[in-house]
Amino acid sequence: MSSSALPAAAAPNEAAPATEVTTSGGRRGRRVTATAASLIGVVPFGLLVTFFLAIPTLVVIIGSFLDADNRFTLANVRGLADDVVLQAYWRSIWISAVTAVVGALLGALVAHAVSTAVEGGVLRRVITAACGVLAQFGGVTLAFAFLATFGFTGFVTVWLQNTFGVDPYGAGGWLTDTPGLLLVYSYFQIPLMVIVFLPALDGLRPQWREATETLGGSTVAYWRHVAGPILLPSFLGGMLLLFANAFSAYATAKALISQGSPIVPLKIDAAISGEVISGQDNIAKAMALGMVVVVAVVLWLYARLQRRTSAWLR
Amino acid sequence: MAAVTGGTRPGSLGRRRRRRQAVQRWVVVAVTGVFFLLPLIAMVEFTTRAPSGSGRTLDVWRTLADVGRLSEQYPDLLDGVTASAGLVVLTVLLMLVLLVPTMIWVRLRLPWLRRPMEFACLLPLTVPAIVLVVGLAPVYAWVAYFLGPSSLTLCFAYTVLVLPYAYRAIDTGLSAIDVRTLSEAARSLGAGWFTVIARVVLPNIRSAVLSASFLSVALVLGEFTVANLLSRTNVQVAINLLGKRDPSISVAVSLTSLVIAFLLLLVLSLAGVRRRSRGPRRRPDQTVLAATPVQEIS
Repeated sequence: MSSSALPAAAAPNEAAPATEVTTSGGRRGRRVTATAASLIGVVPFGLLVTFFLAIPTLVVIIGSFLDADNRFTLANVRGLADDVVLQAYWRSIWISAVTAVVGALLGALVAHAVSTAVEGGVLRRVITAACGVLAQFGGVTLAFAFLATFGFTGFVTVWLQNTFGVDPYGAGGWLTDTPGLLLVYSYFQIPLMVIVFLPALDGLRPQWREATETLGGSTVAYWRHVAGPILLPSFLGGMLLLFANAFSAYATAKALISQGSPIVPLKIDAAISGEVISGQDNIAKAMALGMVVVVAVVLWLYARLQRRTSAWLR
Repeated sequence: MAAVTGGTRPGSLGRRRRRRQAVQRWVVVAVTGVFFLLPLIAMVEFTTRAPSGSGRTLDVWRTLADVGRLSEQYPDLLDGVTASAGLVVLTVLLMLVLLVPTMIWVRLRLPWLRRPMEFACLLPLTVPAIVLVVGLAPVYAWVAYFLGPSSLTLCFAYTVLVLPYAYRAIDTGLSAIDVRTLSEAARSLGAGWFTVIARVVLPNIRSAVLSASFLSVALVLGEFTVANLLSRTNVQVAINLLGKRDPSISVAVSLTSLVIAFLLLLVLSLAGVRRRSRGPRRRPDQTVLAATPVQEIS
């Protein structure tokens, strides 16, 4: 509430840049005062970021290397090599990778279909809005939607039983396990890919296709030699983004999976909300740090790809 | 599509391709449409089942519409909805009061702070909510000590979570106008900094601020991780809690929140279209809708 008032309060002090100052020493002195006064304007925002972003991040990073008595230790990080933890990481990475690839392929297909529609038309607007919702609205809501569809008494399950006498649960509770996660995750991965990939497809100029045709190239040649290479970086970039998205998802899995903690976010949850075993807290921090490292590497690759892409899509 | 692909193309070839594209488009849209509508239809079907096993009833929806009955039978749910509503208001307010003026201020007076500020605002993308919550636990121990254990205190954490999306929406808006010239003009006419920010720059980025607010609303309505792990409540926590006892009411609430979010984003996309018709900017509706780092991260 005070931040918009603060700049006004700082206003009287900072007349320096506007006034002509002749001696260079005097100018510098005034500049410093002016900058100091200007800095007051960013203090409220700075406080928020410090307390609710910087400190939590540092707590995780530093906590990963402390034991229960706050002494330096590598035991937590070494604990990541534990079989159960490694397995959770492996499963997390595997699920994220599969849904990223599937989501990217199907999402690109839908994005291409949408990109050929009239720009600003109804179809396009409804699909982009729907994708916006579905991409963001993972979590509990989505888990319940799928329980109502493929769950034990879900719509499709009941329909299959009544119509074909097939019981999809013959193989056990697949929805509340890893296969279920794959299905549900793709429900938000595909729309995300549509949103991410659509601008790239829109960047393709019709002239490039015309040039290919004028030179005698077929549709296949156009996709293989012209559009493909141009789109490849954004396609891979979208895939990386999808990976990071699935890797950091927690709510969907929490609401869907009934027992055990097969993936890293659920492992972290179990470690911090379970009975307080000394040191367990810091192992959670080490697992969290591991997640940050994975996501950071993926997003760094994404940013590099993005830089290559932007040269073409202006 | 004629407007996009037409032009100098040799007639018959282009027309044939366009027809093929139209067929492809409808096939793809229809197939994926079934996949994406199926859970929604299932939710409607699930919530209208009669307890006897056959027939339909609207009982669940009637309960949901009746606040009195809701508070009597599902007090947790009402608590969650109230908390979420309060959090939406507080988070949007906090975002508007802290982020927007600071971004304008940094652009005008402290350009060297722009990169660090961008880094800070995009950092929550690299730190997943589940990780942030681990570090937030000690911070919230202090928050509870000073401000009490209310769920509304989550608004600070939520403001941090919406930073990347709000920052990008507002940054797009600010890049589209000449902030410096506007502020110099206003200053030379005798305006103070408060007037420059609140009455000159802000009205010019109104639609960007609006989309940042919409995105914040959608994100806060869908948030579960932080609230659940800090043992606070909001609508998602309530849905999850209720799911074990009474699946049909929690599925009904899920569907309602999905529909509300969809309508919000549709409104947002329409606002984006209106804006486009006024200016030459390319497809602002999409850049705004994309709640993901479509542009560069670093």
